[in-house]
Amino acid sequence: MSILVDENTRLLVQGITGREGGFHTEQMVAYGTDVVAGVTPGRGGQVACGAPVFNTVAQAVAETGANTSIIFVPGPFAPDAITEAVDAGIQFVVCISEHIPVQDMLRAHHYVQLKGARLQGPNCPGLISPGKAKVGIMAGDIHQPGPVGVVSRSGTLTYEVVSHLSGQDVGQSTVVGIGGDPVIGTGFIDVLRMFQADPDTAAVVMIGEIGGTDEEEAAAFIQEHMTKPVVGFIAGRTAPPEKRMGHAGAIVSGGIGTADSKIEALRAAGVHVADFPRDAALLAAGRL
Amino acid sequence: MKIHEYQAKELLARYGLPIPPGSVAATPDEARAAAAAIGGTVVVKAQVLVGGRGKAGGVKLAATPDEAAAQAAEILGMDIKGITVQRVLVAQAVDIATEIYLGVILDRTAKAITIMASAEGGVEIEEVARETPEKIHRVHVHPLAGYADYQGRKLAFDIGIPPQLSRDFAAIVRALVQALVDNDGELVEINPLVITQEGAIQCIDAKINLDDNALYRHKDLAALRDLDEEEPAERAAREAGLSFVKLDGTIGCVVNGAGLAMATMDTIKLSGGSPANFLDIGGGARAESVENALKIILDDPNVTAVLFNIFGGITRCDEVARGIVSALPSLARRVPMVVRLVGTNQEEGRAILREAGLVAADTMQAASQEVVRVAAAPQGAGS
Repeated sequence: MSILVDENTRLLVQGITGREGGFHTEQMVAYGTDVVAGVTPGRGGQVACGAPVFNTVAQAVAETGANTSIIFVPGPFAPDAITEAVDAGIQFVVCISEHIPVQDMLRAHHYVQLKGARLQGPNCPGLISPGKAKVGIMAGDIHQPGPVGVVSRSGTLTYEVVSHLSGQDVGQSTVVGIGGDPVIGTGFIDVLRMFQADPDTAAVVMIGEIGGTDEEEAAAFIQEHMTKPVVGFIAGRTAPPEKRMGHAGAIVSGGIGTADSKIEALRAAGVHVADFPRDAALLAAGRL
Repeated sequence: MKIHEYQAKELLARYGLPIPPGSVAATPDEARAAAAAIGGTVVVKAQVLVGGRGKAGGVKLAATPDEAAAQAAEILGMDIKGITVQRVLVAQAVDIATEIYLGVILDRTAKAITIMASAEGGVEIEEVARETPEKIHRVHVHPLAGYADYQGRKLAFDIGIPPQLSRDFAAIVRALVQALVDNDGELVEINPLVITQEGAIQCIDAKINLDDNALYRHKDLAALRDLDEEEPAERAAREAGLSFVKLDGTIGCVVNGAGLAMATMDTIKLSGGSPANFLDIGGGARAESVENALKIILDDPNVTAVLFNIFGGITRCDEVARGIVSALPSLARRVPMVVRLVGTNQEEGRAILREAGLVAADTMQAASQEVVRVAAAPQGAGS
């Protein structure tokens, strides 16, 4: 098994005719993901990357049975795309777009919840269940199927850890990039809960970074609800306070969100926190 | 993005908040004129985007226009935490009976707009949160439902606002929330909000931080950015579209991805070195970005070596290597460079780097150890 995406994923790409959307759709199709439709308003009737393009998500869902959507539209338009997707009955929406105003995301987040759907991201690399489906922008070939679940706020840092896992021939059940924004849909706890319930996940690597208190809350969840081993890594120990480190959400503000606080909370919850990304992969491999 | 107190007050005045009359001055003469126009005792306040100006001597009372000019002469040009004071706000002084804290934030944890109030005003809210967290009262505004008037009333009762002022206080809360929503604020804070000896409510200090991602729809607010207070290197990076933060170490870092960039800084530190910057060059690591990044990094005289850490993934490493090599001739000075390059076509990429005399490393740790070694070596000892 795996979580969230697999061979039953019927993917719709919002923004399929854009530069990013087009490029990554080709990559996802090449990986074997079942891309059933694309949406670009005004381009209905065309074909992109082998998939029919529709003007609206509702049309695309009605005609192709798409059950998952990935969004590549520019940030200012992304909340609209999220809303359109859940209004059309899409149950799982992955938003790659970045630079979305926080207020718009607050509203979109609550609207998705109201509709009983799930949002991943924004400002995230997506997710992959190796050998089954890639719904994101990561390089497929560094992954391989296996027992380690990975959940992370970062993109390339995740690739780093994954490449060290695969380098030791330790595969991954699902790798989920939850995104670097302050307000995101699916969080650490949601993914940890799914990994705990997934029979094919035997251990979890959790990659956090400075900003907010999601890692501290995840630590409490791990202590109470996780029986599977969890290995952690936290980026940003050397980050100065009150400075945004690339990701909109990566900021130590008013003394809240330091790497030390997160590392301490995770260690107190029995999580082995690695000093280097490579060690996180080695430790996870050693816990299988 | 932060804006100055006088700008925040101008914005909040449009929402009907009670703000003592005042105006901004860039010279002692302007301060004198402002004080004369206001009449009576004024307070002269340094306008800088860093905290702690009061302790630094940047806030002074003046009983007469001449005194205001003298105080302004002292404050203007003053250095507060590395920032030179360019302007002062001259505002009517108020006889304070009670100081209150009132703030509205976009709350990432609660996933709501959170209003915070405390009867302990005039001190930093972080300090109150640490020492006496029970004195901070909060209500959450649901982003879909919006603000409800009971929320302001509740806070008024929670922090003990006198009954005859609770209606005024609730109106201020409503206006603050509206100001945050309309202008895409991350934080709108009045500290202190005071009750005067005459029994009126006044906003004595105001702070507004704006959501950078929303500035595209607030051109007027984006224009308020104070370029004088931005670190020159960070400004150059922002204008080049790079995500950059200056640090005080010796090893320049060029990395793709924010998380990996932070992890690279941490690895340098754990390897015994010190990073000179945070830099996320973006997914593609294009030649132009590499060139801009190197120029900004090498402008810092502390930098004695540079570490590239590029996890290409889909990006082709030979293209990244060519980008790095093509940037070299335009650089004002050369320092040893260590390149760690992983991804599609990595062998071709590393061969290109070796031909150009750059050190290619396999892993992050090996690259960090190598760059720490060459950064510490005497000048000219590297490549």
